[in-house]
Amino acid sequence: MSEPNPRDTVATDPAAAAPAVPERRRRRLGAPLLIGGVLVALIVVLALVSFVWTPYDPGAVDPAARLESASPAHPFGTDRFGRDTLTWIMDGARITLLVGVVAVGIALLIGTPIGILAAVFAQYPWGGWIGAAIMRANDILLAFPALLLAIIFAAVYQPGTGPAMAAVGIASIPGFARVARSGTLQVLGSDYVRAARAANRSPGAIAVVHVLPNIAGMVIVQASVTFAIAVLAEAGLSFLGLGTQAPVPSWGRMLQESQQFLTTHPELALWPGLFIALAVLGFNLLGDGLRDRFDPKMEVR
Amino acid sequence: MAETLLDVAGLTITPADSGAPVVDGVSLTMAPGERVGLIGESGSGKSLTALSIMGLLPEELSAAGSVTLAGFDGNVLEASERRLARMRSDLVSMVFQEPMSALNPLMRVGDQIAEVLRLHGGVPRAEIPARVRDLLVSVHMPDPDGARFAYPHQLSGGQRQRVMLAIALANSPRLLICDEPTTALDVTVQKHMLDLISERVDAVGAGLLFITHDLAVVAGLCDRVIVMHGGRIVETGSVAEVFTDPQHAYTRGLLASSDLEATDENGRLFTLRTAGEYAGPGGTERSDPLSRFAPPPPGGATDRPVTASARAVVRRAQSAPEGGDPDPLSDPDPLIEVAGVSKLYRSGGLLFRRRRPVQALESIDLSVARGQRLGIVGESGSGKSTLLSILAGLDTPTTGHVRVGDITVESASAADLKTLREHLQIVFQDPFASLDPRMRIADIVAEPLIAKGIGREEREARVEEMLRAVDLEPATMRRYPHQFSGGQRQRISIARALVSRPQILVADEPVSALDVSVRAQVLNLLSDLVDDYALTLVFVSHDLGVVRHLCSDVVVMKDGRIVEAGTTEGVYAHPREEYTRSLIAATPNLAEALAGAR
Repeated sequence: MSEPNPRDTVATDPAAAAPAVPERRRRRLGAPLLIGGVLVALIVVLALVSFVWTPYDPGAVDPAARLESASPAHPFGTDRFGRDTLTWIMDGARITLLVGVVAVGIALLIGTPIGILAAVFAQYPWGGWIGAAIMRANDILLAFPALLLAIIFAAVYQPGTGPAMAAVGIASIPGFARVARSGTLQVLGSDYVRAARAANRSPGAIAVVHVLPNIAGMVIVQASVTFAIAVLAEAGLSFLGLGTQAPVPSWGRMLQESQQFLTTHPELALWPGLFIALAVLGFNLLGDGLRDRFDPKMEVR
Repeated sequence: MAETLLDVAGLTITPADSGAPVVDGVSLTMAPGERVGLIGESGSGKSLTALSIMGLLPEELSAAGSVTLAGFDGNVLEASERRLARMRSDLVSMVFQEPMSALNPLMRVGDQIAEVLRLHGGVPRAEIPARVRDLLVSVHMPDPDGARFAYPHQLSGGQRQRVMLAIALANSPRLLICDEPTTALDVTVQKHMLDLISERVDAVGAGLLFITHDLAVVAGLCDRVIVMHGGRIVETGSVAEVFTDPQHAYTRGLLASSDLEATDENGRLFTLRTAGEYAGPGGTERSDPLSRFAPPPPGGATDRPVTASARAVVRRAQSAPEGGDPDPLSDPDPLIEVAGVSKLYRSGGLLFRRRRPVQALESIDLSVARGQRLGIVGESGSGKSTLLSILAGLDTPTTGHVRVGDITVESASAADLKTLREHLQIVFQDPFASLDPRMRIADIVAEPLIAKGIGREEREARVEEMLRAVDLEPATMRRYPHQFSGGQRQRISIARALVSRPQILVADEPVSALDVSVRAQVLNLLSDLVDDYALTLVFVSHDLGVVRHLCSDVVVMKDGRIVEAGTTEGVYAHPREEYTRSLIAATPNLAEALAGAR
């Protein structure tokens, strides 16, 4: 018998073949992921540092240094009460992140299970209407403007960060439910779920063991994009006075307070505006980058 | 060779992020009008070689070497996109494997053919419709006048591939490249398509570079073959030379493992490793594939496969008309009984339009005895996979009864279904889709045991034992599916199916997505396991050769009905139905193709 060449041996011997199969190829970090990650990290660092150190006390009023331009003492200048803008930007990052985390948390923890449930029910002949009912209720919520919800919340409770976060979070639930539902339907239609059903796994076990890990990528992408929307929404609500209240520093309220000085001191509006834009851009790019990574179509190549 | 049509010299293709070349120093030449078969398994670099001849290599890959074509000035690999665009279709054309994705779904096929004529042909505008019709006639399109206005989804797979061929040959290129053009087609359609390619290539006087993994297809079609393996050409020569006297060990292994009629002295298929003993297609030492199902010769070899298969013969189905009498002592009742099963699929129509329901299965009667190996053969759309889903309780029949053991499947309670699934397991077709990509192998194989409520320690021991049984190192347990090849994944699927010790194994085309050499290994493994675990096997396949090798009895399905049933031996030797005969005749056979070529 002629001996096959080494390549053949590798191909036929299962023990030897396993290590020969290339490990998951190191994927290059795409530019969106990299830039998004850096921007998000910048905001997070700002917020974290503000807990231990800020150039000035955010509440400190200095009548002698009102509406100052950038200087070594105040790199971003001061507002009409002489408060340091840089300090306020750093402190405001906290609220921005808090609102994002809480709003996304509410939407993710409620929306994802709803979506998975709707898809799981749709699998059964008797459960089709339940799945449909869940999704139609979801559509009604989707049709309800987030701003209106926030105004109602502010009217019922006191206007503040809490109601604003809740309003943004609840308004974001339909997005998560839809993403989770479509992902779940896809996973439930796959051969490995059929195999799991044939192996007697219960629907609950299939949802936890097979569905959750496989839709995690999509949900993370949705979370990142929703985070950006939440940041923008918080700024908007605070601008309208429905969000974070004085004296807690917030980028949205800084924008609102700088309105009257827009012609004389435009930099007062520039800084909070810039940081809102950077945060939104950062989370959006992060979402795009993560989508590229998790997209199943990209794995085929 | 006075004139060359194509000259590829030292073609090396490397992925952009460095690493080993995927095509390594490939050189080949073709004379005008020559038909060359390029053979290789997945990952051999055969398709990339073809793409670089077309100048269609993906950007992430960089190619070195030279590709020159008669009538094209310079190296194809270095030419500008503008010049390549002119070259394609005028000089070289290509037919791809999947005709649905190669055609624009939103464009009528007549327009797609016309587009090629307009861009390249220099055909006067007024003559284009007539030319399109001529082309459709030339590829034997049924109803060529109506077909022009059809969208791709309205055509069958074979018809789409005909359209592709019409487009490829519209401008009479000098070279036609076909990349597995018939792999996605049914065997009876494949045969017509191969004849058509042969006819059309002759008609326009083009050279043919035919890429395939199927040796028998090449033998009937080509003059010369090139065998690629691991990015290199390992052997080249005339069809007769290469197929009867292969020089390279790999070619030999490929030939041996693709021959499902030849077995070694243990009744097992040849693999790359055991190919040394292979006598060649139609060789004198070739064993009768069906002898394994005969009782063991007295005093002859008494090794496991022969005796075990003999068991299967004794327990033959009652349903088989030509089958021997079933042993009344061992099994008075069949283990699986399907009676009058029909399945209708009702697709939801738009608002007021009610779509016609699709009849997937129509009054199927079937019974499988304990220990029997039943093959279900049929082309796509014959309802064979639907039947399997119903057997496994994953789908319910519209009418009819299914009994597996004591369980009536169509009206089974949740507890009954649970019992059914403990005794009946499935292996799916696509090894890439049937394993959860985010689970470790150990967890995948352990799933049926978890569902059964077996403790962790026993679970791990049984998973390890099962992985050994399918020839996988238990050390690979911590890995994820993407780290395994197709054949290994299919073995993992088999391990998952058998770990809970079912009595019945249902396999849905388990080897049709695998390379030839891997296919032989998996079939051997499956055969051994069926014996070792005393399984009843229901094996669905479109491949008659595979069923013939593995199964004692066969059922032939067409359009949701059973057209013929009987022992494998009986059906193959004396098919009663016209459809079965055409199916057998259309299956490419290496030995016959070689005999015809000589």
